[in-house]
Amino acid sequence: MFAYIVRRMAYALPILIGVNLLTFYLFFVVNTPDDMARMHLGTKRVTAEAVEKWKVEHGYDKPLLYNEPETGIEKLGNTIFYEKSVRLFAFDFGYSDDGRDISFDISQRMLPSLAIAVPVLIVGLLINITFAMMMAFFRGTYLDVSGVILCVVLMSISAMFYIIGGQYLLAKLLRLMPISGFETGIDALKFLVLPVIIGVVSGIGSGSRWYRTFFLEETGKDYVRTARAKGLAESLVLFRHILRNALVPIVTGVVAILPLLFMGSLLLESFFAIPGLGSYTIDAIRNQDFAIVRAMVFLGTVLYIIGLILVDISYTMVDPRVRLT
Amino acid sequence: MIKPVLLTTDVLLFLLFAVVAAFILYARSRPHIRGPWLRVLSGRIAAASAVVLLAFVLTGLLDSIHFRLPLENNGTSDEVYYSGDVLSLLDVMLGPLRTQVEKTYSAPFATHLYSRETVFQPDGSEIRAYPPLEYGGRHLQESGEGRGQDILVRSLFALAESLLVSVFIFVLLAALLARRDAVGVGRKMADILAQNTVLPWRVVLASVSVLLLLVFLAINLAGVYHVFGTDKVGQDVLYLTVKSIRTGLIIGSLTTLVMLPFAIMMGILAGYMRGWIDDVVQYTYTTLNSIPGVLLIAAAILMLQVFMANHPEYFETTVERADIRLLFLCIILGITSWTGLCRLLRGESLKLREAEYIQAAVSFGVSHGRIITRHILPNVMHVVLITVVLDFSGLVLAEAVLSYVGVGVDPTMNSWGNMINGARLEMAREPVVWWSLLAAFVFMFALVLAANLFSDAVRDAFDPRTHAR
Repeated sequence: MFAYIVRRMAYALPILIGVNLLTFYLFFVVNTPDDMARMHLGTKRVTAEAVEKWKVEHGYDKPLLYNEPETGIEKLGNTIFYEKSVRLFAFDFGYSDDGRDISFDISQRMLPSLAIAVPVLIVGLLINITFAMMMAFFRGTYLDVSGVILCVVLMSISAMFYIIGGQYLLAKLLRLMPISGFETGIDALKFLVLPVIIGVVSGIGSGSRWYRTFFLEETGKDYVRTARAKGLAESLVLFRHILRNALVPIVTGVVAILPLLFMGSLLLESFFAIPGLGSYTIDAIRNQDFAIVRAMVFLGTVLYIIGLILVDISYTMVDPRVRLT
Repeated sequence: MIKPVLLTTDVLLFLLFAVVAAFILYARSRPHIRGPWLRVLSGRIAAASAVVLLAFVLTGLLDSIHFRLPLENNGTSDEVYYSGDVLSLLDVMLGPLRTQVEKTYSAPFATHLYSRETVFQPDGSEIRAYPPLEYGGRHLQESGEGRGQDILVRSLFALAESLLVSVFIFVLLAALLARRDAVGVGRKMADILAQNTVLPWRVVLASVSVLLLLVFLAINLAGVYHVFGTDKVGQDVLYLTVKSIRTGLIIGSLTTLVMLPFAIMMGILAGYMRGWIDDVVQYTYTTLNSIPGVLLIAAAILMLQVFMANHPEYFETTVERADIRLLFLCIILGITSWTGLCRLLRGESLKLREAEYIQAAVSFGVSHGRIITRHILPNVMHVVLITVVLDFSGLVLAEAVLSYVGVGVDPTMNSWGNMINGARLEMAREPVVWWSLLAAFVFMFALVLAANLFSDAVRDAFDPRTHAR
């Protein structure tokens, strides 16, 4: 097991390097530091000195990949690629364009992100599994058919409508909770209720329809027939046999996205003004702060790869037939 | 003379249309392809959603024939100057909707503006009042009296018209089908009404009638009222959302079109050739897949913005500029979404290469290229088809989110994403401006729902796993 994890981590390295090179290419070759400087300083009446000054201030005044005048390792070390991209491997994200420490900001914003993402995941999982089981239990009847159609209808509504509609209806018309905002400690609760509700509701359609197929897949299997043949009630078959086996793909699917919860939800956080990593990303994109975007790309990639490894490990835990080699 | 304008996305959209048309002609005479499609369309829900989708596609195609009108010539020179506005055939057809621009917000069917303004009375005094609209309800009296009655009369008129046309279509269809099957027209009419036909023509007719009713309602009402109100700068919201259809369609269809050749080629090569090709392809899609999609799109679009800001000389009109951005968005969305299809195709080809008929072809000395095109490609096409249809609705929804993040289509372009994004501020106004959101919601929901229902039917008909059960 341990050897397997180490090997998987080693496999992850080339992927991280690939991502790094790709973002480096996008950010510094397609769009040179000169372009960036002009963009930040405005396009008109910018002197060459101002551009140079901006580049020195933000550390973009070095060669891209290879520094000829330097000696030894500094030939590679004193370059933009090393300064801005290689350092990401040590989770040293550097400073954003307005001079803030990105690593500090990220550590500050992880908790609010999790405060939204974790309840949405848990509550959503419970509701989706319940709905999916109900549809599977009544499979083939009108209840099932109308349930599936309802799922498709719910799926066809953009997440933005859920958010805007929910904010308007629950917060503005009924005044049940504040429209947006965030506070630390126990006070955060009243701000979290609405985004969690909306996050769960917007996921019900696709989630329950997807889980329903897992349940239906299991109902056709031999062990289910055996269970019925020995005279078990249908509800017992469902809870004791089908549920356990259908949970295997559900659990591994959840494990895959578990690390990505840290990244937060782009839409929910920015609509509800929650100071998490999702809104951090959106703000960075809107302000065209490339340093933050680059850091988030790297962080997202690392979390995604961790998710992949966790999935493999979780398979061995929930399914004894799977062995890691 | 008008000057035709050929936007890149127009060309691609018509190319796609031609490919689909060619495929239909090709499939007509081949029962093994026709069979599953007939099974798709024989479902009632699928048939109805196909009608709705067709209506959207037709609107999108009409909106893709662009041209520039010549400016008025004052007779001093023979040279013709063209207006900077790029119009489409749809703009011409919608006529008054585009040109009847009010001052600012007005509610649906309103005769007066939504906000109070200082109005000068004829005697010179000024009062705060809701000024009457320039176009909306102009045929009524100043006070807007008799509006309900007027709307009712016009709606009934539209109902009558649509019924008339529907009956005409019904008779025409029955006559055509009767001629094909060599039975009496009356008999065929009865068959259609009794749902006694191979394809559910009754459902098709019913959905066509509903669509016709909506079209006639729009024709009768939209000329004299703003059916969905007007937006901040007074443009008709109905016009804006109808124009957004093209953007949604292009994002949904061109994205998969641009990524398709890559995904098919690399997926099949990786699965069939194995070895280092497989390693390279797997590495490529794992790398691309591990970058969060929104961030990759954002990074690419930000780069494009910088490029466009530094090279304004490449783009003749703002429409062309917006068009290139739309195309680029499609490409970058394609890059983030081809990995799923590629992985599926790789798995499928891995299975197929061990199949006996492929082994037989190999031992006969058939070349790799021929095996791939003759044996593997036709046998993975159902995977491609299902993915393309399933992806469509997701991409239409993604456009809205991307526009909100600020990396979607050009802000000057009509799109549902931009409308929703604007509506966010309007919902915070007091009193609330809700009609832009409603219009975008209705149209987007109709398109996505129809696409979802249709793609479900396609998947059920083509996925071999669903037959087994």
